[in-house]
Amino acid sequence: MIFIADPITFITTWLNSVLTGWGIPAIWVQFIMFILGAGLLALGAMIFTIGLIWLERKLGGRVQDRLGPNRVGPWGIFQTIADMLKIFTKELITPVGADKFLYNLAPLLAMAAVLGLWAVIPLSPTVFGTNINVGVLYLIGIGSIGELGIIMAGLSSNNKYALLGGFRAVASLLSYEVPMAITLLIPVMLAGSMGLNDIASAQKVAFIFQAPVAALVFFIAAIAENGRAPFDLMEADSEIVAGFNIEYSGLKFGMYYVADFLHAFTSAMIFATLFLGGWNGPGAEQYPALGFLYLLIKTALVYLLTVTIRFTVPRLRIDQMMAFAWKYLTPLALASLLVTAVVDKAAPAGQGLLRVALLIGANIVLFLIADRLVTLYRKQHEKARKVVSDDRPVPVAIRSTVVEEPEVNS
Amino acid sequence: MLQEWLYLAIFLAISLFIPAAAIGAAALLSPKKPSTLKNSIYECGIETVGPARIQFKAQYYLYAILFLIFDVETVFLFPFAVAYNQLLFFAVIEVILFVFVLAGGLAYAWRRGALEWS
Repeated sequence: MIFIADPITFITTWLNSVLTGWGIPAIWVQFIMFILGAGLLALGAMIFTIGLIWLERKLGGRVQDRLGPNRVGPWGIFQTIADMLKIFTKELITPVGADKFLYNLAPLLAMAAVLGLWAVIPLSPTVFGTNINVGVLYLIGIGSIGELGIIMAGLSSNNKYALLGGFRAVASLLSYEVPMAITLLIPVMLAGSMGLNDIASAQKVAFIFQAPVAALVFFIAAIAENGRAPFDLMEADSEIVAGFNIEYSGLKFGMYYVADFLHAFTSAMIFATLFLGGWNGPGAEQYPALGFLYLLIKTALVYLLTVTIRFTVPRLRIDQMMAFAWKYLTPLALASLLVTAVVDKAAPAGQGLLRVALLIGANIVLFLIADRLVTLYRKQHEKARKVVSDDRPVPVAIRSTVVEEPEVNS
Repeated sequence: MLQEWLYLAIFLAISLFIPAAAIGAAALLSPKKPSTLKNSIYECGIETVGPARIQFKAQYYLYAILFLIFDVETVFLFPFAVAYNQLLFFAVIEVILFVFVLAGGLAYAWRRGALEWS
């Protein structure tokens, strides 16, 4: 019964008692448990990505009216494993003039940063790496080390396209970090703690219902931080070939590939933890295993949304991307912070549905005002379109049917 | 308290070690046949012209300064956010003033055209 309710804690206590029974000092038992837990979590996350890549390629295929991988195994399930085996045996080419140290370190950092995020995400009420009291700051810090890996790849490759990709990565990291960090303040404010497990357990009413605008801003900024589709300027294949990872081959390239997919899933998980209540759900406190299931369902929903966005929305231009971050998301995030702070303080002390309703109302008003302002701004700055050539000639067949038919009738 | 940080240190070390071990294994398994042509820089098939490491565009620098201001601001706001539930309404007004000063900075940069990509 205890095993089904909370298998991980059960195994941990069992292993703990076994190790103590062998006469190992308590400190070393703790140390061994730490290494085991961290290793299993990191390795599990990496192996999990194999399934994730297959899922995303299959979904992407369906969105774009293709079949997706369908040759290796049933529904192409083993496609990713075949790819992994292939990429393992590919030659690792180092380009001429590359900065060897940075060039080899960059893919490691990109992967380590994404794996490191898993250390603070609560998977269920009892299973989490650690609930440090600066969890949110840790997310920001470690998250940007991944971008550092991209920048290092761009600088060290000795390739112009890679350097351009690195520049663009700097720009997107710097710009979208700002609204993301500001919106991260709002869950912290509502929960009164920076530990992610505290934030998750504070959400009896999910924070997306208390701060929907902040959730929206965070969602968009997280996609941009990942460098995924509408914001994938740093690896725009039609402009700068493959951007920062152009000179990488074999498993070094594979690291970027895996990190990209895992980062997308991880930020969906962070979104689910911060705004959708994480493991919260009916019965999650009694049966922590159920909490893990809730978290997975919520994460999967967010992830499917990002995948759909990735395969449907066209890429932005860099000036559009910058303007969107600085002129729209940042002011909106700041306004959302202030509105949440004021309304939450001014609301009557009874922490009930009235407070949530007030917060939702204030957020809707805020969003409508922002929308109106954007419309006004766009009208002001609308430029007349430059005429590049004459009107295109209308095909003769259409013209003849439109013009000549009345004559025939008369 | 310290144990949590120990766990983080172990976790980060392991998350660096796993990809490093994977790449190490791949380096052992993969063939090593470098040639001048293979190791040359890719540039759409033609030979590379000029150095690859060129200067940053000044635009990126402006964004970097703006980013610095706003990120430091956010770090200052985190203590407020953590203590929010125990604070009085007066503290919220102070934070509003603080944010407005910085929003003024953003408005200034906006008016001076620092946010226009040129």
